[in-house]
This record gives sequence, structure tokens and C-alpha cells, in this order.
Amino acid sequence: MATAVMTTLDPKSRSAARGMSDLTIRNLFIIPTIVFLIVFNIFPLLYSLGYSFTDFRASSPAAANFVGLQNYRELLNDPFIWSNFAITAKYVIVSVVGQVIVGFGVALLLNRDIPLKGLLTTLLLLPMMLSMAVVGLFWKLLYDPSFGIINYTLGLGSFEWLSNPDMALYAVAITDIWMWSPFVMLLSLAGLSAVPKHLYEAAAIDRAGSFYTFFRITLPLVAPILMIAIIFRTMEAFKTFDLAYILTSQPTTEVISIRLYKMAFQEWQTGRSCALAYIVLIMILAITNIYVKYLNKVKER
Amino acid sequence: MAAVTTSAERSLNKLAIVGVLIVTIIFLAPIYWIASTAFKPRNLATTIPPTVVFQPEISPFVKLFTKRSQLRTAPTPEQYAAAPWWERLVFDGGEKVVRSGRGEVQWSGYPSRFMNSLIVAITSTILAVGMGTFTAYGFSRFKIKGEQDLLFFILSTRMLPPVVVAIPMFLMYRVVGLNDTHWGLIILYTAFNLSFSVWLMKGFMDEIPKEYEEAALVDGYTRMEAFFKIVLPEAATGIAATAVFCFITAWNEYAFALIMTNRRAQTAPPFIPSQVGSGLPDWTVIAAGTFLFLLPVAIFTFLLRNHLLRGMSFGAIRK
Repeated sequence: MATAVMTTLDPKSRSAARGMSDLTIRNLFIIPTIVFLIVFNIFPLLYSLGYSFTDFRASSPAAANFVGLQNYRELLNDPFIWSNFAITAKYVIVSVVGQVIVGFGVALLLNRDIPLKGLLTTLLLLPMMLSMAVVGLFWKLLYDPSFGIINYTLGLGSFEWLSNPDMALYAVAITDIWMWSPFVMLLSLAGLSAVPKHLYEAAAIDRAGSFYTFFRITLPLVAPILMIAIIFRTMEAFKTFDLAYILTSQPTTEVISIRLYKMAFQEWQTGRSCALAYIVLIMILAITNIYVKYLNKVKER
Repeated sequence: MAAVTTSAERSLNKLAIVGVLIVTIIFLAPIYWIASTAFKPRNLATTIPPTVVFQPEISPFVKLFTKRSQLRTAPTPEQYAAAPWWERLVFDGGEKVVRSGRGEVQWSGYPSRFMNSLIVAITSTILAVGMGTFTAYGFSRFKIKGEQDLLFFILSTRMLPPVVVAIPMFLMYRVVGLNDTHWGLIILYTAFNLSFSVWLMKGFMDEIPKEYEEAALVDGYTRMEAFFKIVLPEAATGIAATAVFCFITAWNEYAFALIMTNRRAQTAPPFIPSQVGSGLPDWTVIAAGTFLFLLPVAIFTFLLRNHLLRGMSFGAIRK
């Protein structure tokens, strides 16, 4: 942390003689944000924690009945929910591995003397800045079996992507890889450019092979930043909703967020969905914790 | 790379250039396809082989903004001659523009959704960046008990899956009547972006030497004056970059908008997919809507290019 810029809090400091004390200013600057986040993020979660112990349905006027842990017990014993988690896990693995291979690969290519490097990098970053839902929708046309450009370019005839239960999840993952490889590339580039040049020069003098140089110098030094990218993307892929929801309606692509959405807003099982939301929440917080620990570790370097 | 440039090294470099060019072309192809489909006549949007060279036309945009219906009978020559140029484009496509009883052209749902997107994204950006700047200054300059825990708390609110937060928010908004209103979405997006803006701004604030303000304090400025007159101007670039990031996030957001709005306050991301019905969709109109919607973000990406790294990594990594 940047302890060097900390000012000691002294209510009787020079500036306190006129105007507000530093203590007042600190509270004035920080407390509204904390309060805002508590009211609009934490309070709703407590509200839904309460509902998760009931059989409440937002679509019916019937009052909520307390059912104890029944929602949680049923959800954890429901094989369908576990298959949603399995689909999500498969999706996370396919899309994050794909993003790391493509993103890190392109970063290695870009980390050389390449004309117009800045422009090319910016152009490559474009997909991840765009709206997942809106651009994802257009991939429906690209994947179209009869007139999509993907089948045409690859010469796949009328290969079914999105309406094929075995292929749909991979199709969604490919679109996700297209959108988010640039993110891995961006962070990898930052890591690569921070590797001291003299290490490569020393390796060259020692006549080290490029294989050795890559595994002994490049990879270990880029690893921490690559790890940030991986954890961050894992977290995002775990939460994925937009792309899968828009591209297909196959049961094989029903990731946990989609299940949750359907349970809450189509089947109106409000109480049960609150319980499922809590199960998902705890998993997310666990990954977030790892992410933040890692962030701080890298920051301290 | 190695200081000694050998011929092997040079040819390797050439290979890398070719590789980068191929990857760039593949990555930009879908975006190019959106842009080109937006200017195609409808019958060329879904051809085999795909149409690459064509006479660009503006009719998808005319159709995007107007309400249309299928033509049963062709317009008479007089009708056609009396119609303005843009209406003829719709006639040419086998459709007619729907008019009200008094002959006013009926708009499609798109312009109002686009406006909703603008209202919600701009307002929530101003709120999130405003609050975030103050809070970041507080965290950057003052000792705070449990600072790390508070920062973790702030960050974790951003990590929640939208659907998880949306369920209780939907129930609460129903009670207070905020469902399908601009303010309902603005509050959600502000909360979502606030955590991001605090983290990002804190990085920018940490970089401003505290000696600047200390000199001002010695000169008799109050802390508030020093903040507004010394710190804020120094942080201007950071504030602008943070604002653009917040705007893009709010502009692109889908899940909250899908759940919390349905008509009056609906933004473009849930609206555009809802236009793809069960029949054969007119992809040129969808492409036109997508193209207009993506344009501001594409422009911002170029303006932001020097800040992208920091923005995407929560300010943890600097260039």
C-alpha cells in the first residue's frame, strides 16, 4: 500500500484552524459511499436472506411461510441444480483456458518490434469493450448454419452450432473467448513489458535456447499478472448470463445464472431462488477473496 | 528481445507480424460484419456466399427508426412520387411506413430506448464518479481504521452476480414503485460503478504527491480549498478516464436492465435482442441498431487506449 502518502489525522492540525477539520472531511468524503453501498447492496442481500427461508412467491398474493432450511436442503439435493453447476464449470474451464491460450499467445507475438503496435493493440481490445448482449446477438447470424460466415469461411457446410445440444456451449464459449482474450492479452503485455531486458541479454550471452528462456525467464516473471487475469476471468465466467441467455436456449447451456434467473423471474419461486442466490453468492465471495489477496500481493511487489 | 539481431531473429519478427495481422483480421471480422450488414439491402444480408462487395444504402437506418408494416399492394406511382426519399426506400423494401390518423410518421421503439440508455448511463456515471472521487481521496490521504477491509467490502459489492442482486432489488423496487423507472436503473448502476470508481480513483489519487496540498495548507488554504483547487485539477485525467469506464459499463449492461425494466425505462441492450422474433429477422435493421449502439463505445475505446490497462485491472496494474 502507498503508506508514504498517508497524512496523520490531527484534529488540531494547521488547516483545522480555518474550515473543517481533517476528521470531518474524511468522514464527509467516505461515509456517504459506504452508506450508499450498504443500503443498495448489503440491505437487499439481508432482505433476500430472510426470504430464502420462506416459500414466498412474488407472483401470488399469498403471504410467505417460514419453511426453515427446506429450500437449501432441497436445492443441495437437486441433481438438476448440480448439473447446472457442472455446465457452468465446463463453460468456465473451456472459456478461460481458451482466453489464456489466445490472449497470452497474441501478447507474445505483440511483444516484439512490430510496426503500428499501438494501433493494432487498440483494435484488438475493441471486442471486450462492446456490449456482450448486443454483440452476442449478432453472433447468431455469424453462426447461422445456412448463411453464417463462420461455416462459409471454414467450409463446414450447414454445421449446426447453436441448435446442436453438444455444440451450443462451445459456441457460446468461442464467442466469450473472442470477447475476452483481449483482456488476458492486455494484462500479459503489461507483464511482458515489465520483464527486465538484461535478463534476456544475459540468457543470450549464455547461449540459452528460446525454449529455456521462455520457461525460465518469461513465464515465471509474467505468472503473477497472468494469475490475476485467470482468477478475474474465472469469476466473470462463473457469473456469465448475457451471452448464453441470448445465443441459445439449449438445456445444455443453462449455466447457473440462467437457472437462477428462470427460477426467480419465470417460475416465480422467489423464496427458493433467494436460497440459490445465497449458495452462488458464497461461492463468488470465496473466489473474490482469493482474487483480492492476490491483487494485494502483486501490488506490494 | 536479445540485443544481437540475427537473421533468425529478423525472420521470427516477420512471422510475428504476419501472425498479429491474421489475428487482428479474425478479431475484427465480426465487428466489420456488423458495420457492413448495417448498410446492406435486406436481400443481400443473408446470401450464400456472403456478400462482401455491394452498393451501400441507408435504408436499414430508416427502417430502424420508423414503425413499418408489410405492403399488401404496391404503392401507386402518385403515392410513390409524393413520398419523401426515405419513405421510398421503405417502399422499395416491400414495406410501408405506419402513420397515425393525422398522417404523422410513427417512430419505432429504438430512439426512445437509445435515449433511455443515454439518460441512465450519463446520470449514473456522474453520480458514481462524483462520490468515488471524494471517497478515493479520503482513502488515499487519511488513516482509516480497517482500511483494507473497507476496500475489500467496496470491491466485493461489484463482484456480486447481477441476477443475485436483482432478485431482492426487484422485490424492493416493487414496494417503492421504482421498477421500470430511470431512477431505478440509475441507482443500481451507480452502486455497481461506485466501487469501481473508488478503486480506480484511489490509484490516481495515490500518484498525486501529497506535498502539493501540504504546500497549499502552509500557504493558508483549508483542506477543502486544497482539495478543490490543487487535487481535483491534478486528477482531471484520472476522473475523465474513470468516467468513460463507468459510462461504458452502464451503457453495455444487460441483466439488470432486462429484469428491472420492460417498456418505459428500457435501455437498448435488452431491447435490441427482443426485436429478433421467431420469424426470419431483418438482420440489416438489427445490424443498424447494433452499429449505432456500439459507435460511442468504439470511439471511447480509442480515446481511452492509454488507460485501458489500469481500468480493466481495477487500477491494480499501472503502465
